[in-house]
Amino acid sequence: MDEPYKATVDTQAPVMEPGYTFGTVTEKISAIVLTRPASNGWFVGFGIAFLLTMMMLYAIGYLFLKGVGIWGVTIPIGWGFAIVNFVWWIGIGHAGTLISAILLLLRQSWRNSINRFAEAMTLFAVACAGIFPGIHVGRPWLAYWLFPYPSTMGVWPQFRSPLMWDVFAVSTYATISALFWFIGLIPDMATLRDRATHPVARIVYGMLSLGWRGSARHWHRYETAYLLLAGLATPLVLSVHTVVSFDFAVGIVPGWHTTIFPPYFVAGAIYSGFAMVLMLAIPIRKIYNLEDFITELHLQNAAKVMLATGLIVAYGYGIEAFMGWYSGDRYDAFTIWNRLHGPYAVPYWSLLICNIFIPQLLWIKKMRTSPVALFFLSGVILVGMWLERFIIVVVSLHRDFLTSSWGMYYPTRWDWMTYIGTIGMFLAAMFLFLRLLPAISIFEMRTLLPEAEVKE
Amino acid sequence: MKRDPVYGIMAEFDSATALVEAARRTHQAGYNKIDAYSPFPIEGLAEEIGFHRDEVPLVVLIGGIVGGLTGYLMQYWMSAVDYPLNIGGKPYHSWPAFIVITFEMTILFAGISAVFGMLALNGLPMPYHPVFNVPRFSSASKDRFFLIVFSSDPKYDPAGTRGFLQDLKPRSISEVPS
Repeated sequence: MDEPYKATVDTQAPVMEPGYTFGTVTEKISAIVLTRPASNGWFVGFGIAFLLTMMMLYAIGYLFLKGVGIWGVTIPIGWGFAIVNFVWWIGIGHAGTLISAILLLLRQSWRNSINRFAEAMTLFAVACAGIFPGIHVGRPWLAYWLFPYPSTMGVWPQFRSPLMWDVFAVSTYATISALFWFIGLIPDMATLRDRATHPVARIVYGMLSLGWRGSARHWHRYETAYLLLAGLATPLVLSVHTVVSFDFAVGIVPGWHTTIFPPYFVAGAIYSGFAMVLMLAIPIRKIYNLEDFITELHLQNAAKVMLATGLIVAYGYGIEAFMGWYSGDRYDAFTIWNRLHGPYAVPYWSLLICNIFIPQLLWIKKMRTSPVALFFLSGVILVGMWLERFIIVVVSLHRDFLTSSWGMYYPTRWDWMTYIGTIGMFLAAMFLFLRLLPAISIFEMRTLLPEAEVKE
Repeated sequence: MKRDPVYGIMAEFDSATALVEAARRTHQAGYNKIDAYSPFPIEGLAEEIGFHRDEVPLVVLIGGIVGGLTGYLMQYWMSAVDYPLNIGGKPYHSWPAFIVITFEMTILFAGISAVFGMLALNGLPMPYHPVFNVPRFSSASKDRFFLIVFSSDPKYDPAGTRGFLQDLKPRSISEVPS
């Protein structure tokens, strides 16, 4: 038992409002899926997200027809929106794994009510991220060349390249995240199977539950596997954004070639991921009346994680600027000057405002406990983190060593349509998830109840 | 083989505490082929029914070792044996560059072993199981706790076992048809 109610010791807000029983917790969460009719708001929201997904497919279809020339990428900026968006989405996914794996190992029982949808967020974010490298390779029908498979050409991928490491890191991350999510769902699928009245729902949830019956032997092996998977996912999640940062740091371009990148990328990933968790959790708890399960404590803790990781990110920016001066390298120094005063100064200053200055409001307790304030602050951070990747990718490339090879990058409408389209796809998947699967882990919420404790 | 028409006798309890207590007494009374069902994991319950060997960690360890070896040897063989490729004058067997993928493959194989190993050891997926024949068992995924003595237990006898379970003060007792 994960000491129930332990998290209430040093805060006022409880991890779960009192007065619930096994039965009422089960009913409340499963009712969202089984009995609650879909509201008009759901249809409108899903409809908009679906249309944006269609827009993305249109943009990608046109890309397949015409080639990457429809995008704003040109030499010297060969990595445009596709890589910016890839890094942004992968980073967002990291908070889900942090919540489900790292907080499990740290015995933070408050994770139990947010891990399920945070993991769903991870999966959908990784799916959005995965689109970009695939369509960015220029000849997307050959994207499978990334994987080592025995081909008639007889050659193999180049394993000394961080881009190859990235293929393995991201595909492992997607696989492990999906497995972690699925095994977390098995006992809840059994609950839905036993509660559902519609025959189709009974069959579908029954198949997904794999015949789970809650045997003590099964639970024992289940918990062992879950814990081990958390232990494996923890170094994995840290490695994924580290490897993503190697894509840059191993290159020699000024602004990329720096050792601060791995920790600073990981912190930035968690920063943006928690912002996305809050942007999802705040409306979900309101609309589905889940304030008793996703309490003020969860919002406050997420805000504190954002504040801490935001400061690490700020430290990263500081070190970048410091190294620009301290290295004595004129190209490094110019990169910093160019960020502050060059043609992309507006995005850079906006990034500093969004990621460093505005989030300092989180020191104020009133901000950490106000859902509306947190919602907008999270939006600011997500914009800021997107700008950070834009600065890293585009601004570093656009002015490198030789003035003769300088250039500018202007995203086209196809870039924007693809990017905004993936946000639509992400939201559409979230809308479906909320209606089809329990958004909060039912069995883990039962373990938080006082009656779950075995009295000797 | 002729199957016993009765799969076992099942007792229903109200709380986790009652189930753990009942499981302990049943096991101490000499019943070995028993099982307990609960809507959430209860620490120590598996030990009370005599379950001590959890092989999941071993499966994960083997999976991890196989994954790591696969990752490293794959890169070595492809880069240094099957199609040696000179990249910037680096050695064919440039092991530091192979570490990342070796690590990722270790995690991948170990994680897959954890999930599928756990499911295989649990005998899942198994859509049909005799315990589902008991109508009340649908609460096992909500708020009820069940203990079953299988008819294959050497000490099992229909009247005696039912009487024994009755003494544990369950909420209800059902015979599970096989």
